[in-house]
Amino acid sequence: MTQPSLFDVLLANWNYLIVIVLMMSGLFIVISRYNLVKKLVGLSIFQTSVFLFYISLAKVDGGTAPILTDDPSTIYSNPLPHVLILTAIVVGVATTALGLALVLRIHSAYGTIEEDEILAAKTAAMEPRYRRGDEAEADALAASEAKS
Amino acid sequence: MTLFAFFNNLPSLLVVVPLMMAPIAALIPISQLAWAATLLATAVSFIAAVLLHMLTGAGARVTYYLGNWAPPWGIEFVVDSATSFVLMVITALGFVVTLFARRSLASEINNGDLGKAYGAWLLAIGGLSGLVLTADAFNLFVFLEISALASITLIALGAGRVRRSLIAAYNYLIIGAVGATFYVIGVGFIYAMTGSLNMADLAERLPDVANSTVIYVGFGFMVAGILVKAAVFPVHIWLPSAYSYAPSAVSTLLAAIATKAAIYVLARIVFTIFAGVPDLTIAAMNWVIIPLSLAGIFTGTILAIYESDIKKLLAHSSVAQIGYITLGIGVATTQSLTASFIHIGNHALMKGGLFMAVGGFFYALGQRVTVYNIVGMGRRMPITATAFLICGLSLIGLPLTAGFISKLYLVRALLDDQALVIVGLVLLSSALSLIYLWKIVEVMWSNNPAYNDRDFTEQPALYIPLWMLAGANIWFGIDSSFIVKGAEAAARALGGGL
Repeated sequence: MTQPSLFDVLLANWNYLIVIVLMMSGLFIVISRYNLVKKLVGLSIFQTSVFLFYISLAKVDGGTAPILTDDPSTIYSNPLPHVLILTAIVVGVATTALGLALVLRIHSAYGTIEEDEILAAKTAAMEPRYRRGDEAEADALAASEAKS
Repeated sequence: MTLFAFFNNLPSLLVVVPLMMAPIAALIPISQLAWAATLLATAVSFIAAVLLHMLTGAGARVTYYLGNWAPPWGIEFVVDSATSFVLMVITALGFVVTLFARRSLASEINNGDLGKAYGAWLLAIGGLSGLVLTADAFNLFVFLEISALASITLIALGAGRVRRSLIAAYNYLIIGAVGATFYVIGVGFIYAMTGSLNMADLAERLPDVANSTVIYVGFGFMVAGILVKAAVFPVHIWLPSAYSYAPSAVSTLLAAIATKAAIYVLARIVFTIFAGVPDLTIAAMNWVIIPLSLAGIFTGTILAIYESDIKKLLAHSSVAQIGYITLGIGVATTQSLTASFIHIGNHALMKGGLFMAVGGFFYALGQRVTVYNIVGMGRRMPITATAFLICGLSLIGLPLTAGFISKLYLVRALLDDQALVIVGLVLLSSALSLIYLWKIVEVMWSNNPAYNDRDFTEQPALYIPLWMLAGANIWFGIDSSFIVKGAEAAARALGGGL
């Protein structure tokens, strides 16, 4: 028996290849982007790759959709991962919704959703007279001064 | 309904009552009523947890099949001694902190948001209880996210005071979601190899496929995901800002119970699910968990020494204390697991008390509590400051406080295991923790308040729950039999495969 070539192995497991590419791009976006919305997009891609992973696991060779037929010789795909992923999608939607809500609040509090600008705003708010204390206190003071 | 049937339904009550009460509390327009509903739900949970602890103490193992689907097909709640011990810690602290929350939350967030805050509060407690109860690997993920999203909402409520709580909440959301997704990937690998999600069933099936690399990868993903939630070094970075910019009551709740449930899940994964694959778990313990715990103990302690904001200082110290708990899990003897469980209980008492005391100072001062503005607090707010001192001494591990019992059992377990280097490091870090604690105690008690500093009137609504915890710190320091007995039973129940 000859060793299968790398190309054949990859071709036979192309679903995992897609999952890996999506997962890594998602994770890379989360880590590398400064824009808070883009980070959430990356997170969604990352989570979606896991959904695809589960769904492709559920496929049984020659299996049909897991809907009961009268024919006892029917081969079904495994329905359980589908159900799990339905739950995970709901969790993912909730996470994204909460994240976007937070981004909205961050925008109204800081006037920007770029992480580096937020950091800059934090440093700028730290005038020398506050520097010995806590940054957050300086933040609060700067915010109250801006209001008045 | 017979009494027996009632006891069998107790596990579901712990999740159902808080989750059902959450929307009710969120919809009640009068904040005091919403608080009363929350208190009622946490009290019911606490009673259910105590009953369960009595049952498991008598040697029972309570199981509950959701929707009456028998495992391994259906989702199962299992309560053994380990589960009931952690449940009792979670619900007891949940109840006491809810008592504290009425005044504290009302002074820190908008009146209109209070009802919704209590809704999220109950979701967090119910989610954590479910996390501990469930015996289904995927269901665990759902509870993980219920409690995480609720905690994030609660942290973001600090925005009325400090806008940075929004950033802290956002960072926790991103890091937490990545961690939880890692856990799901791990479960996917394990499911692909075994075709099961029930923990007991997985434990039976895993040894047959123990040589597969897929199992190793799955284990790695699951543990990495849970380490994020448990805030073990180096994935603890979300914790300090999340705890320090949240409203005081929320910090107290999260510091007392949130990471404890995740640490318990870590122990479950290692000692229950992967009990049949000892090569893998022992390697993970020796090369990952123990070094990371020690690193966490030292970074947490050293960062706390240099911190001047008290809440952030306590949050850094939490990272160190989590290190002690995971160290006990990493050493993986029955004694060290006992020490871990003792510290799960005791750390909840002491850190809950410390954060509550800081909440009391914050209520009086009206601004962030730093070492610069608590000068002379021992004289200006004696009741709160004394409780802070007791919990602080407990944190260091002074004899006659609960913290001493934790350290005693941990060091004894390490000596039994001949891990002398680790003993030395634990003792050294305890000595270092004296520095950051003493820094606070000194400005509070040794320095006189400035002549124009006013005395504060202390609120009984704030210091009564605080003293309940401070009293517990002394009580369990003098007569620790209750916690030690519970922890020993927990360690035996968990470490059956050791």
